[in-house]
Amino acid sequence: MARKGLLITPDICVGCRACQVACKEWNQLPATKTKNNGTHENPPDLDGNNFNKIRFIEHADQKGVKWLFVSQRCMHCGEPACVQICPVGALIKDKDTGIVYYDKNKCIACHACKSACPFDIPRYDQGGKGKIAKCHLCIDRVRAGLTPACAKTCPTGAIRYGDRDALLKEAKAKKYKIYGETELGGLGVIFALTDSPKIYKLAESPKISESVAFWGSVLRTLVGRGDSTASTFVRYLAHKSTEK
Amino acid sequence: MTNQYTDLKNADVILIMGGNPAENHPVAMKWIMRAKEQRGAKLVVVDPRFTRTAAKADLYVPIRSGTDIVFLGGLIKYIIDNNLYFKDYVLNYTDASFLVDPNFKLPDELDGVFSGYDEKKRAYDKATWKFQLDENGIPKKDPTLQDPHCVFQLLRKIYSRYTLDVVSNITGAPKDKIEECYKILASTGKPDKVMTECYAMGWTQHTVGAQNIRAMSIIQLLLGNMGMAGGGINALRGESNVQGSTDAGLLFHILTGYNPTPVASDVDLKTYIEKYTPKTKEPKSLNWLSNRPKYIVSYLKAIYGDKATKENDYCYSYLPKRDDTQNCSWLMIFDQMYKGKIKGFFAWGQNPACSGANSNKTRQALAKLDWLVCVNLWDNETSSFWKGPGMDSKKIKTEVFFLPCAASVEKEGSVTNSGRIAQWRYKAVNPPGKCMPDAEIINELYFRVKKLYEKEKGAFPDPILHLTWDYGEKDKNGKIKHVDVHKVAKEINGYFTADVPEHPNDKKAYKKGQQVPSFALLLDDGRTACGNWIYCGSYTDAGNMMARRGKEDPTGLGLFPNWAWSWPVNRRIIYNRASVDPQGNPWDPKRAVIKWDAANKKWVGDIADGPQPPLALEGGKLPFIMKPLGVGAIFGPGMADGPFPVHYEPLECPFQENPLYKKHRINPTVKLFDADTDVFVYCDTRYPYVGTTYRVTEHWQTGVMTRHTDWLRELEPQIFAEIDPVLAKEKGIKSGDKVIVSSARGKLWAIAIITPRLQPMKVLGQTIHIVGLPWHYGWKFPEDGSGGDSANLLTPTIGDPNTMIPESKAFMVNIEKA
Ligand code: SF4
Ligand code: SF4
Ligand code: SF4
Repeated sequence: MARKGLLITPDICVGCRACQVACKEWNQLPATKTKNNGTHENPPDLDGNNFNKIRFIEHADQKGVKWLFVSQRCMHCGEPACVQICPVGALIKDKDTGIVYYDKNKCIACHACKSACPFDIPRYDQGGKGKIAKCHLCIDRVRAGLTPACAKTCPTGAIRYGDRDALLKEAKAKKYKIYGETELGGLGVIFALTDSPKIYKLAESPKISESVAFWGSVLRTLVGRGDSTASTFVRYLAHKSTEK
Repeated sequence: MTNQYTDLKNADVILIMGGNPAENHPVAMKWIMRAKEQRGAKLVVVDPRFTRTAAKADLYVPIRSGTDIVFLGGLIKYIIDNNLYFKDYVLNYTDASFLVDPNFKLPDELDGVFSGYDEKKRAYDKATWKFQLDENGIPKKDPTLQDPHCVFQLLRKIYSRYTLDVVSNITGAPKDKIEECYKILASTGKPDKVMTECYAMGWTQHTVGAQNIRAMSIIQLLLGNMGMAGGGINALRGESNVQGSTDAGLLFHILTGYNPTPVASDVDLKTYIEKYTPKTKEPKSLNWLSNRPKYIVSYLKAIYGDKATKENDYCYSYLPKRDDTQNCSWLMIFDQMYKGKIKGFFAWGQNPACSGANSNKTRQALAKLDWLVCVNLWDNETSSFWKGPGMDSKKIKTEVFFLPCAASVEKEGSVTNSGRIAQWRYKAVNPPGKCMPDAEIINELYFRVKKLYEKEKGAFPDPILHLTWDYGEKDKNGKIKHVDVHKVAKEINGYFTADVPEHPNDKKAYKKGQQVPSFALLLDDGRTACGNWIYCGSYTDAGNMMARRGKEDPTGLGLFPNWAWSWPVNRRIIYNRASVDPQGNPWDPKRAVIKWDAANKKWVGDIADGPQPPLALEGGKLPFIMKPLGVGAIFGPGMADGPFPVHYEPLECPFQENPLYKKHRINPTVKLFDADTDVFVYCDTRYPYVGTTYRVTEHWQTGVMTRHTDWLRELEPQIFAEIDPVLAKEKGIKSGDKVIVSSARGKLWAIAIITPRLQPMKVLGQTIHIVGLPWHYGWKFPEDGSGGDSANLLTPTIGDPNTMIPESKAFMVNIEKA
């Protein structure tokens, strides 16, 4: 299978958030009890029950108002920092598709991946205390030959699923500015933009911190020893490693 | 919709005014975005708020709510002044050249009313609203468009005052934006440029609602955009099957297929037919509605079967009759209920306690009933009204019955979308518990009512006892066990009730019991039965056309003629004869809807509006076949409030008078309600801000379905009030604060959203702020009250004089920090 990806085109996203609901429906994630915080954007952040989310971004100046709707979720990095730091191999980059998914059975809830991730994506179940929970590009659907739920439901084509190369080619043909072509080994989730990434609140030149590789190997060695105190110690160290 | 959702992709310019498809019709937005991406189409949004649709616009123009006619009137002036109208189209296919009665007067000459106004009756005598006729009884014309009495010159005259300065001054839109907007819209007056318009409740819910749409119709006729691919005027309907329900005669003034309901003075079928069958002396008019007798007789045959005979007027006397001037629209029903004149009410699939204007009045009205039956998916603010805020249940005698029903995915049947496409749906899951499909509930009800009539006779049992009700197998008591919706659909399509050895139309033979293939074959002699003539052809002997799923696209326009079935006769774009020149060649060959094939003497493409040849050929016909004169009506004498749209202020507005017509601040023909709860204010410092209500993507209508869906409530959990940053600062309100919004009729709390998407406007020297609220919430659910209540607590009881739709898009409010 060729590397799979999503092409996100904020310019044709209408902010309907069918993608947010579709993700929750497919993954059977419970609703968060929210309140209106003076904005339409909700829930306020990604969390263990919200793997994707539309940011509502308002820009106002003399020329008028802009209101952008930008999908936020795991980027499925070509060189995923989360995979590099995970001490137990709970985060996995799929060889066939490039999808970065996870095995909750292995996850020891050390939460190292959250801070290793240059996009601040990983979240955890059990109210943030438990195991890794994030977009897995619907790897279950993809392996069954189906389109990821959010892309399937999107009415305008603002989220499109397909072979990454083909999506890239298409976006380029339409003369969009591409975000994610080369960043971090090429993102699996690429954005077709008409303005600078900053306007869309996308991290400009995202980087993996140099310490990620180091801490990754330290943590793995400890886990490799396999003694019973190791896992508590690893959690402590993982926490340390990600303090900034 | 004159066109189709898919056809939006064929437009060069898309005007969204009075609607917000990105939020309320997101799938429609797919085609709009496609037009933008693939054709480079321009999207223009005119709206008091910068909506999610505006976020996608190439040009956004803010206007004060309730001033659309000023904006559109200015556009008409711009088109005429700059000679940008499509001359051949206007001359051949509209009434622009027709001469109007010389005694007809415009509001400019009569202090803001047209000739014939009767102040006491608040209504018009339309004696002068007519054309001058020649010796053959057809309108006199001036093809040079110069005669001062011709429609075109009247149009020029009436809008001559709607200058850019006036438009800017009244609507609050910046002058440069108005001009830029007019330029884009008027650029489509060429044969190869097309604009489409999409509207919804933002246009209809005003005291000038119908005239808002008339104004746009005039513009689309001037620009030659009716009947064209990528053109037309498209009402985006607010519910999946609201088109189907009006087609099926849901409203008080129409039977199925828009046949009028009879009134008391329509004493017999002959009188009815005489009164409602339009006549024409125009030889080139098809005057389709001259077929009315066939449709009404076939309808009576469908509902009364063998009991309906020529001798007994096909049971015409069984039809209920309204009093001659009786209006039974929503506002009138609740006014009468409030006054204690209605004993019982079925709230079927609706939640009036939150959906109706002036909810406090509506809720009080429910308390005056003896009984109330609610058929719904959930117990809601209506079925529990007696437990609601401010209600003293001990004093309420209303007995409430709740019948739980199946949701749309729990039953089989058809839905008809805005584009008139009737699409068959299968049942996905069984309804929970004892919930029943509506048809089954009706069946139970019918059987019981019938039994009572059989036993107790009553005043007039025959209309009930003689109804045909052959929708399935009967049990031993004679009740239909289960309603077979295919049988219902077949009856709606229509069938032959007797052998027709040689049909007068196509000379073919038909057997009794055969399905009627098309409404052209319906008869007025009782040999055909048809529940709804416009659906004739939807379920033929060849099968259920609505269940078709063919994806062929022979025109390349995305009309998909084999996908389901659209009325009339599977025509996808109505008035399509206007898309060709009088010789039958498409105005725009690149987007040909139909084309006359001269060699074979037939139309190719979409199903043409009548098989007759194009206008200029022998036997040719005019394109607007539903109009007795065959042309598009710029002059609209059928309207209650004037043959041309003119600006009147909303019932509640910030000003003392109408800047254009000083003597008439509001629409002179609106009905004013007199109950103690029907208070209103204008130019009143207690309520200085323009309030408006709307919907958001995440909720639907009063929110009964969506508030019960946790995933949607997570996205929009609470009622909010959107205001601009300037007003917020003045009032000391911050985003997320709780505020109290009040009107002369009610108040409610909401969460403030301060946003630059709303901006104060300069109108007639004053600064105008708007306060926008959704009406999706209700006190009943979520049970902890965290959602808030309906914004309709604020809206007034007042309706458009033509349709009686409430004015919930413009009214006056105050807002304070809670
Ligand atoms: S975005 Fe973060 S979580 Fe997703 S693959 Fe990249 S590093 Fe891992
Ligand atoms: S790809 Fe699947 S898991 Fe990821 S956001 Fe979309 S629906 Fe959710
Ligand atoms: S479903 Fe598509 S259009 Fe709707 S918010 Fe998500 S990305 Fe945007």
